[in-house]
Amino acid sequence: MFEEKQPAVSVDKLTWMYEQMVKIRYYEDQMVEAYTEGKSPVFNIGEGPVPGEMHLATGQEPAAAGMMVHLTKDDTVTAPHRPHHHAIAKGVDLKKMTAEIFGKESGLGKGKGGHMHLFDPEVKFSCGGIVAAGIPHAVGAAMANKMKGKDWVAVAFIGEGAANAGAFHESLNLAALWNLPLIVVVEDNSYGISVPKTASTSVESNDLRASAYGVAGAYVKDNDPIAMYKASEEAVNRARNGQGPTIIEIQTYRFLGHFQGDPELYRDKDEVPGLRARDPIMKLRQQLADAEKMSEQELEEIETRAKKEVDEAYQFARDSDYPKPEAALNDVFTS
Amino acid sequence: METAKKRMLTGNKAMAEAIAQEMENDQNVFVLGEDIGKYGGIFGSTQGLIEKFGPERVLDTPISETAFIGAAIGSAAEGMRPIAELMFVDFFGVCMDQIYNHMAKIPYMSGGNVRLPMVLMTAVGGGYSDAAQHSQTLYATFAHMPGMKVVAPSTPYDLKGMMTSAIRDDNPVVFMFHKSLQGLGWMDQLDYAVGHVPEESYTVPLDKANVMREGKDVTIVGIQMMTHYAMEAAERLAADGIEAEVIDLRSLAPIDKDTIIKSVKKTHRLVVVDEDYRSYGMTAEVAAIVSEEALYELEAPIKRLAIPDVPIPYSHVLEDFVLPGPDKIVEAVKQMMDEA
Ligand SMILES: Cc1ncc(C[n+]2csc(CCOP(=O)(O)OP(=O)(O)O)c2C)c(N)n1
Ligand SMILES: [Mg+2]
Repeated sequence: MFEEKQPAVSVDKLTWMYEQMVKIRYYEDQMVEAYTEGKSPVFNIGEGPVPGEMHLATGQEPAAAGMMVHLTKDDTVTAPHRPHHHAIAKGVDLKKMTAEIFGKESGLGKGKGGHMHLFDPEVKFSCGGIVAAGIPHAVGAAMANKMKGKDWVAVAFIGEGAANAGAFHESLNLAALWNLPLIVVVEDNSYGISVPKTASTSVESNDLRASAYGVAGAYVKDNDPIAMYKASEEAVNRARNGQGPTIIEIQTYRFLGHFQGDPELYRDKDEVPGLRARDPIMKLRQQLADAEKMSEQELEEIETRAKKEVDEAYQFARDSDYPKPEAALNDVFTS
Repeated sequence: METAKKRMLTGNKAMAEAIAQEMENDQNVFVLGEDIGKYGGIFGSTQGLIEKFGPERVLDTPISETAFIGAAIGSAAEGMRPIAELMFVDFFGVCMDQIYNHMAKIPYMSGGNVRLPMVLMTAVGGGYSDAAQHSQTLYATFAHMPGMKVVAPSTPYDLKGMMTSAIRDDNPVVFMFHKSLQGLGWMDQLDYAVGHVPEESYTVPLDKANVMREGKDVTIVGIQMMTHYAMEAAERLAADGIEAEVIDLRSLAPIDKDTIIKSVKKTHRLVVVDEDYRSYGMTAEVAAIVSEEALYELEAPIKRLAIPDVPIPYSHVLEDFVLPGPDKIVEAVKQMMDEA
């Protein structure tokens, strides 16, 4: 009788995704500035209000927004060393997150963790600096959800480089074996630091590996937010319904270096301008304007709101105090 | 008249030069690890190698430490002389089985019949806000376990000479290099990260400490950055009339007891400074050696400076608090002199 039509994505969801993506982009742009403070004319990684390594996600917004739109605060997310886009879209307290990155007492970890080690149990978010280490944590969260009889899911975000670590393969086998509500999102930004995917991975994409574990696989091309939305929706439903894990690989774009200060001698000078020309935020904006008939004013309102929230978070971080030096000795054990 | 200028190199170039010379000498030497090819190693230890020797002998690996360190072991057993780089020592957690259950034990368990002539080189150290998973030294973790030679050179001269020795050694050598002593453009610019390095190949033994400064009042034993901090402290103490003898431990396993004991017999006081955790660490080991072999030589209780048994925090105010530095060393020595 009736034809199966591709279910349309509601304008509310698209708007939500757009706002997250704009927020993430602006957050990272501000971080480029903050990170550079105190590091010029001579770059010194240990100087400035934001010292240490800094891995930014500019260009990789669709993976986070397209998945997180399906999650609630009861679902768990683990993220890798490049975690800001996931944290923001998961609803991590932006002020406390930024304060943490500035090394302040008011930060998520009281200044002990920093940008690679953000923990917000309120929204079940965590990340870490050891490649692939978050995957087994997500397996554990999925296991806990199942033991508690909840339909909550767990999502591990990783880079394509992490898919060659033992933890990836062990975790997927375990999650499949125990039929856990786990989703692994592989963000393929073409590089693990300087090593191109073609030099690190024996298959073209990691969704192809799904059959090796007996799980579902999906592939999202060209950093497409809507395709990511759809692949994620399917995977989340599968997990919530007790039908087991999914691997989603998304082809995404790293507009910046592996970390700030990366000389990027391993890639062509034209590569990034080419990637930037396919900016997923501009694409989604266009779509909202054309297909959803959103006015320029409506779009600008969204953008202003997102930026305001980010500006407030940075202000909060800058205004906060540093911890007392002796506080370094606290929290080895929790009380 | 011109005097010949001393040839100066940064730590990373000294290391890379040793590797290049050994690769030229011996076709069996090869390097593998993450970002060691075009990138030249995140901390520059393999700079220029892929250009010279090509991707067959300078292999960028996937992020698969168990596999490539295990493969280094397997190839060493076949007579190759691999140099594997573990990018940060902190990542040992994902591959320690290969390191301590296999690399360190196969030669012994085989009754000496299997040789593993390999080097595992790895970056250590903090002080630049890289937080708990990227700032450790873990000297004692490795030195504790038998079956591996563990070295931690602190000058460009030693980085080259000890790397050459490590490659030529028929045993597995864990070669720890300190990030801040590589002389990299994007870190603190430290004078001691640049030093005289002869062009021709030479070796520095893997089992000898180095007396960096002679003195009669107190012995300060340091490792890598802490040795340099001890030297800074010694200069300041000298202004107050206290002559410190500074020992760069350099070889963690085997440890050079003789140099330490000899010095303590002269100075009768000992301070040990370490960038590793305090409990069960290198400071405890050096203190134990002196207690066992020179206790009655001591005129004051031994002092230990190390990270106070907490993970290394991110915020620089917190990290500064836990890391030993010249101020803390000066203070410890002065306290010790006052107590006597
Ligand atoms: C176990 C481990 N090995 C190596 C590293 C060093 N490292 C940090 S990020 C990275 C590359 C990660 O690549 P990918 O997973 O593709 O993530 P991306 O950086 O591209 O987001 C490497 C090798 C690490 N942190 N942990
Ligand atoms: Mg990548």
